[in-house]
Amino acid sequence: MNEWRYRIGEHRQTLLAFIVFLLMFVIYVSNHPAGFNANVVTTAANKGVLLALVAMAQTIVVLTAGIDLSVGMVFILTNCLASWIVVGSLGMTALGVIGVLLTGSLCGALNGLIVIYGRLQPIVTTIATGAIYFGLALALRPVPGGDVNSTLADSLTGQLPGGIPASLVALFIVVLVIWVPFRRSEIGRAVYAAGSSEIAAYMSGVPIRRAKLVAYSLSGLLASMGGLFLTFITYSGEASAANGGTYTLYSIAAVVLGGVSLFGGAGSAIGAIFGALMFRTIGDLLFVFDLEPLWQPLFQGIVLLVAVSLGSVRLFRIRNRLDLFG
Amino acid sequence: MSRLARSLVRHIDPAVAIAFGCIAALLFLGSLYSTSFVSPAFLLQQLKVASFLGVIATGAMIVILLGQIDLSVPWVVAVGGMMSTAVASWWGPVGGIIAIPFGILCGVALGLVSGFGVAYLRIPSMIVTLAVNAVAQGLMVVHTGGFSPQDASSQAMRFLATGNSLLGIPNALLVWGVVGAAATFLLSRTTFGRAVYGIGNSERAVYLSGVKLQRVVLLAFALSGGLSAFGGVLLAGYASKAAQGMGDAYLLPSIAAVVLGGTSILGGRGNYLGTVAGVILITLLQSILSVMQIEESGRQIIYGVVIILMLLLYGREGLVH
Repeated sequence: MNEWRYRIGEHRQTLLAFIVFLLMFVIYVSNHPAGFNANVVTTAANKGVLLALVAMAQTIVVLTAGIDLSVGMVFILTNCLASWIVVGSLGMTALGVIGVLLTGSLCGALNGLIVIYGRLQPIVTTIATGAIYFGLALALRPVPGGDVNSTLADSLTGQLPGGIPASLVALFIVVLVIWVPFRRSEIGRAVYAAGSSEIAAYMSGVPIRRAKLVAYSLSGLLASMGGLFLTFITYSGEASAANGGTYTLYSIAAVVLGGVSLFGGAGSAIGAIFGALMFRTIGDLLFVFDLEPLWQPLFQGIVLLVAVSLGSVRLFRIRNRLDLFG
Repeated sequence: MSRLARSLVRHIDPAVAIAFGCIAALLFLGSLYSTSFVSPAFLLQQLKVASFLGVIATGAMIVILLGQIDLSVPWVVAVGGMMSTAVASWWGPVGGIIAIPFGILCGVALGLVSGFGVAYLRIPSMIVTLAVNAVAQGLMVVHTGGFSPQDASSQAMRFLATGNSLLGIPNALLVWGVVGAAATFLLSRTTFGRAVYGIGNSERAVYLSGVKLQRVVLLAFALSGGLSAFGGVLLAGYASKAAQGMGDAYLLPSIAAVVLGGTSILGGRGNYLGTVAGVILITLLQSILSVMQIEESGRQIIYGVVIILMLLLYGREGLVH
C-alpha cells in the first residue's frame, strides 16, 4: 500500500500531464465535425508523435540540468539526410535508416563532448552547434525536395488493422526500447543524480561524464527519429531554419507541460510525450471550435503562458520567503 | 606612467582583450582578401549594421547578467517594428513622431509580462519568455491578418536608422552610442546596476541585504523588452517597413555576442565593453563570410565553429570539484 503511494507520488507530474491531455483530447474529438474516427485520430497522432520524439530528446538533456537548443536543427538535418538516403530497395533503405540514426547520435554526442570536456554552458554550446547542423542541412538540401521509401513511410504513418495509428505504436516501441531500459539502468540513474546535484553525485562516485555523454547522444538519436518521421510524413526534406527553431521552442514547452523540471533531475520522457500531445491538441482545439485560424497562434501562446503560470501554485506552499530565492 | 599602465592592464578583462584581438585578426584576414575591408567607408557601414544588433544585445546582456535569459527577442523585435510602422501610417505626421516611443512601449509592456512571471511567479525565464514570444507572435498574426505588413516606416524612423549626422557618422551608430553609454552608466554607477550583478551572483544574499529584488528583475526584463523593440523600430526604419520574421535572425546572435564578450551566461560577471566587442565581432564575421561569397550553408557552419572555438579559448568554466 505504502509502496503504491510512493510510486504514484513519483509519477504525479506524468499522471497529471496524462489526465490533462486526455481531457483535452476528449473535448477535441467530441467537437470534431467528423467525430471520433480512425482518420481523425491518425492525423492527430502523426503530428503529435513528431513533437513527442523531439520532446523526448529535449527531456533527456534537461534531466542532466542542461538544455539543448540544437534539437530542432538535428531534427531538420536528419530530415534532409533521410530525404537522400532512405530510398531504394529494402537493404538500401535499412542502411539509410541506420545512417540517419547514427548521424543524429553523433550530433548529440558532439554536443555532449563540448559540454563535458570543453566545459562550456549547454545553452551557448547548442546555439553554436545548432548553427553548424543547420548549415549541414542547408548544404544537403539548398532547396526543398528529395524522396523517401514510400512503402516504409506509408506503413509508419498509416493505420494498423483495427484503425490504430501506426505512429503511436512506433512511439510506444521507442519508449519500450529506449526510454524504459535507460531509466532503469545505472547510467539512467546517474543522469538523474547528476541533474539534481552534480556535486553530490560526484562525491558519491557517480560516473557523471559518462552519464552526460549517454544523455546527449540519446537525445541526438531521438531527435533523428523525429527527423526520420518528418520525412515519412512529408516525403521530402527541407532545410527550414524557422521549422528548426519552432521545434526547439515547442520541445521546451512540451517538456515543461509534461512536468519535467528545467532545473534537472526530475520528470520523465513519458510526461514529456503527453506534454507534446497536449501542446498539439491546444493548437487543434481552435479549429474544431470554428474560430478564425488567425487567432490560433495567439490562443496557443496564451494557453502556454497560463499553463506555465499555474506552476507557480507551489509558491503558496513555501513557508520561508528565503526559499523563493534559491 | 608605468603605474597607470599596470592598473589599466589589471582592469582589462582578458575575455574583452581576446575579443578585440579577434576583431583585429578578422580585419587583417579580410584585408588580405581585399583592401576595401579596412577602408573607413566599409568600417562605418559595418558599425551601422552592428548598431541594430548592439541595441538588442544590450537588453539581452542586462537579463543575462541576472542569470536569466530572454528568448522573446524574435517577436518582440517584430512587435517593435510592426507597431511603430502601424502607428506611423494610422496617425499621419503626428504618428510619425510618436511611432518610435510607441513601438518601444509595446516592447516594454511585453517585457513587463516576462518580468512579472520571472520575478513574482518565479517561473524559469527560459519558459516564460518563450510563452511571451508565442503571445507576441499571436498578437502580430492577428494584427497583420497573416500577411506581410504594408505600413511604411515614418520619416523619423528612417532618419534614425539610415541618416548620417555630424562628420558623416551614421545616426544608428550614434543611437547605439547613447544606448551603450546609458547602459554602462546604469550597470556600473547605479544601485540598480549593482543589484543586477548581485542577483546574478547570489539572489539570496541580495534578498537578505534588503534590496527590492523582484522590482529589479521586473525592471531588467522591461528594459530588455524595450531595447528589443527599439531594435525592431530601427530595423523597420532601415528596411523602410516591418516584416513577419524580422526578429528571427537576432535571438542567437544577440546571446552569442554577449557571451563572446566575456559575460558569463550564469550571470553576475561581464562588462559592457565586452558586449560591444562581441557585437562587432559577430557582425564582422557575418559580413566577411558573405563578402567572400561563401554559400549560406558554409557561413552557418563557420559561424558555429568560430563561436565554439572562441568560447573554448576563454569561456570555459572551472571544474566543479
